[in-house]
Amino acid sequence: MAVFGSGGSRSFGGRGPSFGFRFFCYALLSVVFMFYDRKGGWLDTARYGLQAAVYPLQLAVNSPSAAWRWMQESFTTRETLQKEVDALRNQLRDQQLMTLRQAALESENATLRGLNAAMPEVIEKRLIGEVVSVEVSTLRQRLLINRGGNSGVHRAQPVITGDGVLGQVYRTGPFSSEIILITDSEHALPVQVLRSGVRTIALGTGRSTALELPYVPQNYDVKVGDVLVTSGLDEVFPFGLPVGRITKVERDPTQPLAQIFAAPLARIESDREVLFIWARPGHPAAPATPEILVEAPKPAAPPKAAPKPARKPAPATPPATTPTESPTAEPATAPPADDSSSGAIDRPADTPADTPADAPVEPPANPPPHPPSDGPAEVPQT
Amino acid sequence: MNMARREPRWAVFFTVLLALIFQVLPLPDWLSAVRPSFVALVVIYWGVYSPHAGGIFAPWLAGLSLDVFKGDVLGQNAMAIALVAYIAMSLHQRLRNQTLVQQSLFVFAVLTLNEFVVWGIEGWSGHVVATPWRWIQPMIGAMLWPFMAMLVGRTHTRA
Repeated sequence: MAVFGSGGSRSFGGRGPSFGFRFFCYALLSVVFMFYDRKGGWLDTARYGLQAAVYPLQLAVNSPSAAWRWMQESFTTRETLQKEVDALRNQLRDQQLMTLRQAALESENATLRGLNAAMPEVIEKRLIGEVVSVEVSTLRQRLLINRGGNSGVHRAQPVITGDGVLGQVYRTGPFSSEIILITDSEHALPVQVLRSGVRTIALGTGRSTALELPYVPQNYDVKVGDVLVTSGLDEVFPFGLPVGRITKVERDPTQPLAQIFAAPLARIESDREVLFIWARPGHPAAPATPEILVEAPKPAAPPKAAPKPARKPAPATPPATTPTESPTAEPATAPPADDSSSGAIDRPADTPADTPADAPVEPPANPPPHPPSDGPAEVPQT
Repeated sequence: MNMARREPRWAVFFTVLLALIFQVLPLPDWLSAVRPSFVALVVIYWGVYSPHAGGIFAPWLAGLSLDVFKGDVLGQNAMAIALVAYIAMSLHQRLRNQTLVQQSLFVFAVLTLNEFVVWGIEGWSGHVVATPWRWIQPMIGAMLWPFMAMLVGRTHTRA
């Protein structure tokens, strides 16, 4: 080991400093990179450029599988294609029937809410992207999409498919973006049970077929088959996008919390096309902003912690163990949704964004899925 | 000592690029779990047989692009690969005179160190990859070494 750090290597041609010194420099540079990468800041811009630099390589690496897919597609028989066309036609007819009364329902809804005109759709803009590569393992559930900053894609942007929520943008380059899927074990998504209004958080499990809902007390109304939608309390996703369907509810009487699993509606491994969406700011169903969640005028004690983006799960403390303490199932780090603040969040959207409002600072928050009188969750039976 | 003049710089560049591609090529789960660090292997190879061709900069850059590729903390693989390159270069004279088995043992040790550095940084940055398979990877790498070492005659004209 005497060779280490000795100047022996210098003898080879006497060019430049020794290996040891050079290694020291590069190691120091690495440490600086690591430090600033964790902190965020100027390295983010460097990373943005580096993403562009490696994008051709990423395309090259994924070209074999892309070529294979292309082969498969071009050698499908006429029969299979005909079947597919028929299926799509049926689907289109069904969906046309479903949306036939949409306009009528919208104006009816507006009348019920006391608005003069129906609100525009919450999704203001959309962009179709194509999947370049899929990484689906227990450690990481990511997608690489061929759209990036040049198309206006930005960090923490919702990504959906026609079936439901897929994930959000984790990192962008000029021509590509990395999507963290809702099933990634580092992802947490505030959701709501559509039928009963129970709000909770869906954690990724690392399996592309399962989400976990670990913070629902025993006596809350959640059943197998219930549909989960986004609750809009996370500053990322607008309210009401379908997320998943409950597949398993286990109630162990000795445990304070029920064990609930759901299956995502988006077909994560097979979809080749995704949709980036932009929510209309100020819309009642738009993602909650920190101002709405924190500067609530009504409750006596405003929630302490500012809501964190859904990307950081790791709830530091488990939720209230006795269901009587708090009627909702939100853990501590979740966007505040306990009863003290739900007055602010659950305000019915009776002030549209476009009316000259008396309170211009706070756009209306998410409308509750049912009359707001009885709070978001079921009344505990005690 | 005319070795310095005929350094295979282009060969270094292409093999490192090739190793990088193999490193990130999408593979089935069971295969990618045991995939050794090809970049580290190639870096050891050039470090031992042509220590001045790439220097430490090329390995470091390869590690950095690996970081960008995998979405890891920037500098994580760069640090580990630079360390591998440094050790291989420092010990190159001794290693060239050893048998293939001894070299394989050395490769195993260095690859384990590489894995250990990456693992440590992952732990620090909060993305611990807790799979026991990663400690198998250096063993696979060490098994591949003799085949790589047999290529020496082709990339270098031995005196």
